[in-house]
Amino acid sequence: MSENDPETAPNARAGAGSPGAPLVALRGITKSFPGVLANDRVSLDIRAGETHALLGENGAGKSTLISILSGMLSPDDGEIEVEGRSLKISSPADALELGIGTVYQHLTLVPTLTVLENLMMGPAPELRLPFNAAQSRFDELSQLLGVDFSSDVLVRDLVLGQQQQVEIMKALWRDSRVLILDEPTSMLTPQGVAELGEELKRLKVGGLAIVFITHKLHEAIELGDRVSVLRRGVKVGSIEPAELRSGSTEELTEAIVGLIFGEQVNRLEESLELKLEGGEPRAPRRASSEVLLEISGVAADSDRAGGSLSEIDLTVHRGEVVGVAGVDGNGQKELAEVLAGQRGITAGRIKLEDREIDSLAVSERQQLGLRYVTDDRLGEGTVRDLDVALNLVLKRIGQAPFWSGGRINRDEIDAMAERLVEEYDIRTPSVRTRIGTLSGGNVQKVVLARELSFEPRIVVFNKPTYGLDLRTAQFVHEQIRRQSELGVGSLLISTELDELIALSDRIAVMSRGRLMGIVENGPSVQERVGELMVAL
Amino acid sequence: MTDVFSDTFLTALIAGGLLAAMPLLFAGLGELVSEQAGVLNVGLEGMMLVGAYAGFVVALETGSTWLGLGAGLVGGLLTAVLMAVLCVRMNLDQIVIGVAIVLIAEGLTSLLHGAQYGESRPNLDNPPTLDLPLLKEIPVLGESLFSQHPIVYIGFIFAFVVHWFLRRTSLGLSIRAAGEQPAALDASGVSVVRIRTFGVLFAGALAGIGGGYLATIGAGTFTPFMTQGAGFIAIVIAMLARGRAPLTIVGALLFGMSLSIATALQLIGVDIPTDYVQMLPFLTVIVVLLLFARRSVLPAALALPYVRGER
Amino acid sequence: MSGAAGSSAVSGALSRERLRAGATIVSASVVPVILAFFVGGLIIAILGRNPFSFYGDMIQRGLLDSNGLQESIIRMAPLLLIAAGLIVAFKAGLWNLGADGQFLLAAAFAAGLAPSLVGSIGVAPTLIAMLVLAAIVGAAWTLVPALLRAKYGVNEIITTLMMSFIGIGLANLLVKGPFQTDVGGVARTDTLQVEDRLPDLFGTRIHSGIIIALAAIIAVHVVMTRTSLGLRLQILGANMPGAVHAGLKPAKLIVVAFLVSGAMIGLAGAVEILGVTGSFRVDFNPAWGLLVIPLVFLARLNALASIGFVALFSVVQIGGETASREADISSDFLLALFGLVLLFMAITEYLRQRRGSTAYLPSQGAAPGPAEPEPDEPDPSGPLAPQEGAR
Repeated sequence: MSENDPETAPNARAGAGSPGAPLVALRGITKSFPGVLANDRVSLDIRAGETHALLGENGAGKSTLISILSGMLSPDDGEIEVEGRSLKISSPADALELGIGTVYQHLTLVPTLTVLENLMMGPAPELRLPFNAAQSRFDELSQLLGVDFSSDVLVRDLVLGQQQQVEIMKALWRDSRVLILDEPTSMLTPQGVAELGEELKRLKVGGLAIVFITHKLHEAIELGDRVSVLRRGVKVGSIEPAELRSGSTEELTEAIVGLIFGEQVNRLEESLELKLEGGEPRAPRRASSEVLLEISGVAADSDRAGGSLSEIDLTVHRGEVVGVAGVDGNGQKELAEVLAGQRGITAGRIKLEDREIDSLAVSERQQLGLRYVTDDRLGEGTVRDLDVALNLVLKRIGQAPFWSGGRINRDEIDAMAERLVEEYDIRTPSVRTRIGTLSGGNVQKVVLARELSFEPRIVVFNKPTYGLDLRTAQFVHEQIRRQSELGVGSLLISTELDELIALSDRIAVMSRGRLMGIVENGPSVQERVGELMVAL
Repeated sequence: MTDVFSDTFLTALIAGGLLAAMPLLFAGLGELVSEQAGVLNVGLEGMMLVGAYAGFVVALETGSTWLGLGAGLVGGLLTAVLMAVLCVRMNLDQIVIGVAIVLIAEGLTSLLHGAQYGESRPNLDNPPTLDLPLLKEIPVLGESLFSQHPIVYIGFIFAFVVHWFLRRTSLGLSIRAAGEQPAALDASGVSVVRIRTFGVLFAGALAGIGGGYLATIGAGTFTPFMTQGAGFIAIVIAMLARGRAPLTIVGALLFGMSLSIATALQLIGVDIPTDYVQMLPFLTVIVVLLLFARRSVLPAALALPYVRGER
Repeated sequence: MSGAAGSSAVSGALSRERLRAGATIVSASVVPVILAFFVGGLIIAILGRNPFSFYGDMIQRGLLDSNGLQESIIRMAPLLLIAAGLIVAFKAGLWNLGADGQFLLAAAFAAGLAPSLVGSIGVAPTLIAMLVLAAIVGAAWTLVPALLRAKYGVNEIITTLMMSFIGIGLANLLVKGPFQTDVGGVARTDTLQVEDRLPDLFGTRIHSGIIIALAAIIAVHVVMTRTSLGLRLQILGANMPGAVHAGLKPAKLIVVAFLVSGAMIGLAGAVEILGVTGSFRVDFNPAWGLLVIPLVFLARLNALASIGFVALFSVVQIGGETASREADISSDFLLALFGLVLLFMAITEYLRQRRGSTAYLPSQGAAPGPAEPEPDEPDPSGPLAPQEGAR
């Protein structure tokens, strides 16, 4: 960046400019992807010593906006001003040079390198790695952030919370003036979230400008000095620091809800409750004592694709929804894969009704009615080059009536697909359309249709609303309720406690591959789950 | 049986092994860096062939082995430019392009050799050697180990230089990140394309030197298809070394010796068909793979194109 | 979205789409061939030969001349079988780059055993036995790479290449050892008498191997497009984690795909020996393995379409050998020519992808599963998204 003259060289602790002038300002940023206007003339002020919370539901365009600010994407239109000068940020290197550090939602560390190596990564003036200088910078920052690991451990040996601390260190490494955090709490325990809040306060006092991206309303209110709300790529409003300080939580919530959902507010009332706190807990019903799924003493080894499990005991009754809470990456996916048969176990037993199924293959369990709605719907859940109809029969290949004598019967497949497309309201030009061309929400409907058809008995839902818009998320919830009414047992894995509270009869808590405990849904369930999440 | 350990045998085994090991060492080191950066360079064989032909032509015209080796480097490098542009810049499939480069290099070098030297089939003079004083006097091993062309010593030292470079320099760090988690490297402000391009070009240059060595010092001439799969063996050596450059020395010597053992045995009157010998290194690899097969041999992002924002 | 009117409009759109897809396949396949021949012509010109007379000779001797045409059709038989084998493997996302070893080892067995067997069990049983044996040998030679890949995920590119080199060496050892003829001269097997070989068709010199090859390639087409096995292999190749999730058995499928692939390629070896050469001379290696790769890619791994490209290639090879002799250049030039086809095809593919078409190079099954979908981004899998298929 040639515009950077040494007089105003970035320095985190110097504070910046006059109180009124923003450090960084986005002006009329517009960015479109094929078929989606991700950002529509968004303007944003980022000030030193202030936390700017950027709030919006999934798909509102938050990540796109910060990708533009961090140089990962180029805007189609609009400008970025840094200290009043209009600049072009065309690569992450430019952004870092300007003192804009970013902590991305999906951790961007190299697991096979040490902490120090990860921190030293980046454009370097010299050929030799500056180990000594880096170590002293590490010591400096570790004091500021209060980290408790040394610089020479491999990143893959750290737990997620520690990895996030490395990420924050990395973002601050080069004397950043702006720190962007993209959904930083999704990986943290409630306790970790509180710690993060403290860290941010300390950093803010040092004169740092912080941009905090979240889809959780209470976090925006608690942690933000200023809140901007994005909806469908448009900044629909913001709440100034003065308002934020004076207003009560209820007033603020109401105001922000109005911004997020605009005129739809009445129609989507139900899902709002779910998205915000205070959603009605599902009334506990123990209608049936009939055990459908019994997991006892299950353990699994870790491998390249996942962590280990130990001593998992859990039962699911007929018509029951058992929630599985926990910070992402604590063994929930592994548990789901163990149940589906995609991952082997080293100990324990899994029974479906009276049958031991732990030695059965994926397809045999599927046949018996054990279904798995994967969280990786684009990766493993569907085959993008195949059409919708074939994706709907993906788990019934070779079976009658869709195949006879090994030969495909397209008419049967298409007829079944037409029926499911209708039933699950899948928006597709035809059943012969490649699934890769559908939107994420419709792909999820295909996955649901496949798993919930042909007499399911137990369904494992792994983060079934993750990344979906509200309307589709609501549809998914309806399906889960409907299955429960039909007597199907469900295991619902989610990182959204509100979702679990709204749907589950009981909530199990996982941490580090273990089941920490099971809580009946009801009053103060939130606190009890939180306690279990941080227990060791 | 005492014959087996006679001086003649050992000298032939070691000297021949070294001769055969050098192309593998150079190409293997290059491929190691390329793989660490995330590019599986299937075209290595082609780069070696181009290096061999360029090295042969220049050494023949100038009479200088050094210029021949330099020409090999340039030849390999230029071939690698093609790979870098197509696979790193344009993200085309590394295997398809690699196969294409091998075919083109095989065809063109054979075609050019046939057109230029098809009739005369010239040979090069013996290259000069650098004798290391004292060390050369060591009985049996001295003669074969320490009376070699200087490039041999350079090659061994270079393996350690590459090791230092990967562990201790910022470029080396970027290379390791590019192969393991390119998105992380990109986010920290380093261009993945630039780093991977460097890796491919480095591999091409070194494969070119290896090919140049084969033609100018190893065989003293060029023959079509003379690399005989050395490029592919080098890929295997690099994979087995798992990013630890000094291990390529071990791998290259092992393969080199398995090639020279037949000649050495012939010298002491044991005659076995060359086919056995030519199979031996490959057989070794398969056995090694069968014994030590693990999933984690390769960098996580090897052979995968990097598109910003895709993961 | 439903309703009769809607669906007929949809099917109309579909057939138009299909037409357009057909047109792009043709352009995507023809353009690289033309470009490669153009650059090849430049190379010939640089060497001081006349490219027009070279290509003229090529077409004359490979296609227009009756003898040449027959030669070309004869050449198609082994190439089609190799193509069939490669298509099965590539569709399943498996890079079988070891066709040469599988081909030669099978050929060595056929050549080594057929001449002596004819005397004891007669012509037809011998031919059938040799075809079966060759298929078994070819399949067996893929077993190590298949198991290493299935069990440990070892990259099959390297292992198939290694096994290929070993296979070539072993074939030569067999021909110099147990299969060697008592007749002096260059080491080779006994020769299968012309009347004992695969019968010729309709009074031409074209042997019936072409029938076997066509049957094989059509069988592959039917299996890949119409059967559950074909769909399973396709899913394996398109999305390995998806295959696990769908309850397929990847390890088993990998082994099946490799065995079928090797069997087809082994058949090719037998057909060449039993139909054309009659014996295996030491160092016999037409090295067709790598050469057929561009052809199956040009055909977008569509078995029927590959027939056309194999025919084109055969003409170029048969005609090119004569043309090279006439122009006094090494026939290895044809290797470069086909390398260029592959290169230009990849580039054409890249340009098409940038315009939003779908990829036809096989995706690599070895790729780790994609990370979590970006929750806050628009769906990245739209038709214009950067293609992952070129992995």
